[in-house]
Amino acid sequence: MAILNQLFIGASMGAVLLLIALGLTFTFGQMGVINMAHGEFIMIGAYTAYVLQGVGLLVALPVAFLIAGALGVVLERLLIRRFYGRALDTLLLTFGVSLILQQLARDIFGAPNVGVTAPAWLTGGVGPLPYSRIFILVLALACVAAIAVYLTRMRQGRRMRAVMQNRQLAAVSGVATERVDQLTFLLGSGLAGVAGVALTLIGPVGPSLGTYYIVDAFLIVVAGGLGRLGGAVIAAFALGVLNSFVEFWTDASLAKVVVFAVIVAFLQIRPQGLFVLRTRALT
Amino acid sequence: MSRGLRSPFVALGLAVALAVTAGCVGEAPSGGAASGDTIKVGVLHSLSGTMAISEVTVRDAELLAIEEINAAGGVLGKKLEPVVEDGASDWPTFAEKAQKLISQDRVATVFGGWTSASRKAMLPVFERNRALLWYPVQYEGLESSPYIFYTGATTNQQIVPGLDYLREQGKKKVFLVGSDYVFPRTANKIIKAYAAANGMEIVGEEYTPLGHTEYSTVVNKLGQARPDAVFNTLNGDSNVAFFKALRGAGITADAMPTVSVSVAEEEVAGIGPDNIAGHLVAWNYYQTTPGAANQTFVAAFKARYGANKVTSDPMEAGYNAVKLWAAAVAKAGTTETEAVKAAAKGIALDLPEGTVTIDGENQHVFKTARIGLVQPDGQIREVWNSGQPIKPDPYLKGYSWATGLS
Repeated sequence: MAILNQLFIGASMGAVLLLIALGLTFTFGQMGVINMAHGEFIMIGAYTAYVLQGVGLLVALPVAFLIAGALGVVLERLLIRRFYGRALDTLLLTFGVSLILQQLARDIFGAPNVGVTAPAWLTGGVGPLPYSRIFILVLALACVAAIAVYLTRMRQGRRMRAVMQNRQLAAVSGVATERVDQLTFLLGSGLAGVAGVALTLIGPVGPSLGTYYIVDAFLIVVAGGLGRLGGAVIAAFALGVLNSFVEFWTDASLAKVVVFAVIVAFLQIRPQGLFVLRTRALT
Repeated sequence: MSRGLRSPFVALGLAVALAVTAGCVGEAPSGGAASGDTIKVGVLHSLSGTMAISEVTVRDAELLAIEEINAAGGVLGKKLEPVVEDGASDWPTFAEKAQKLISQDRVATVFGGWTSASRKAMLPVFERNRALLWYPVQYEGLESSPYIFYTGATTNQQIVPGLDYLREQGKKKVFLVGSDYVFPRTANKIIKAYAAANGMEIVGEEYTPLGHTEYSTVVNKLGQARPDAVFNTLNGDSNVAFFKALRGAGITADAMPTVSVSVAEEEVAGIGPDNIAGHLVAWNYYQTTPGAANQTFVAAFKARYGANKVTSDPMEAGYNAVKLWAAAVAKAGTTETEAVKAAAKGIALDLPEGTVTIDGENQHVFKTARIGLVQPDGQIREVWNSGQPIKPDPYLKGYSWATGLS
């Protein structure tokens, strides 16, 4: 029973990791932008849920997607697009943006953390499995399904994949790559907002919320293979389950160490991650 | 992209290092040496970084005390002039700023610190300069510096009474949950020694990194171990995630009460009262503590900082520190360190938590232990107290089971 519990805990941790890494799969994995502000988009999503907590969680999800997504587009238009192809510069740039956003949050909402009360329909659970955790799991899987449909079935999604695989060829084939870049940022940042709403069910909401999760998000994307949706899904759940079992047998600090060690070892064997994006582009 | 990955992570480290050093600069030195008609005092807390959430409120309480003293005519006929510095949640910065306050601003004394790490970093600075630090937070004990006054609880005024209370309630199997740093580990060492001598059984011990938010596994282990009670030494944000996970798993305070020693009114608000209502906390002061002195303190704090603000134990201990120092200076007739130390011995003031007396032996204060129950409105209702202030015993010399701990 304890083992089954732990498996569920691992899956639900994996779902959280997946939600925070999904958006990054596109902005970092696909566009090569090391977006340190991704964590702050998560924070913005969480504060959106806080502001809207009277209205309801289900309203907060799309609103957070739109607010974080719109901010992502603004960031892309104003700053990031001047830095494409210069990954290190985007790191410093977005790190600065993340500090500004954290300070803004501190000015608007104050330094102390705030709490979001879970809606009544999410309190309680089936046996030891809390509804809130089940909800996060379902939400993560729904996001993955929606993205998969978008990428394979819809015109905009297919354009996104085309740009991802070969920007020049896509451009000469008539794809408006700048527009695709904007959409990618809308999607990537918007998903961070959705992740932020989900995180309010687990822990506190504060200006530095995103910094707790940003490293994990990068780990998932790198381990999964840059820009690979399937890779991110597998990496997130694998790490979640690994973490939960190591923690069950040892403790939380050691679990973190073990997970890091496993990822380092894994990247030694497979530096490109689980899956590789095959492309004929001359990069 | 994949080949270049190594360098982005090197740069990431670099960026973090940059950010940390950037936080250390700034804050132009204020004024020169002490002028004739004011006395400068240092106020040194983390106003930025992870500890700012807690320490800013203590600073506010200390500044309130300084304003009150000034309004009443000051000390030795002079107004107090606070020099506020930011320790930035960074221990070397605390040591640096302490040195700056002493040698550059020539303050008469310093009020400050929260984490044990910050106190340990400042301790040699104050001892070297023969200057005084007033430290306002409950801590793990096993320390006594001639240049520090401790106005928060030591272990025999908080943790031991908390354990006594659990034992009285018939709780025999206790599970320990704490953050992974010096205070919880030392506290748990003491708890284990107490348990061994008093027929209690420790059925589990879990540490999580500071800032940790994933408590499902810990809660699962709690469910497996089925303790009578949980002794919680988690610090900061982690408490929010811990209590949410506990409630999410359907574990109620009735089935498995927790006793927290780092959760006060300020933290309850952040956790969300409905997540923690019914659980226990151990402190020496609550906003609801009866007495005219406390009513005045709460009213003054709300008038100064806003009606929705709450007061808490560390805030009250910071406020007390300023009042006790001022009384010692008035008695000594000078701000000179050795004279103030000598005068401070035995000073007793009527403060929000009751009568607070400085113990001349170890420069801690006598404090009444209070166990409280968190209410659905976020306030804490006292359910037990020690009846009289307990003599501070930082090395637990008065307890036979504690021999060998220090």
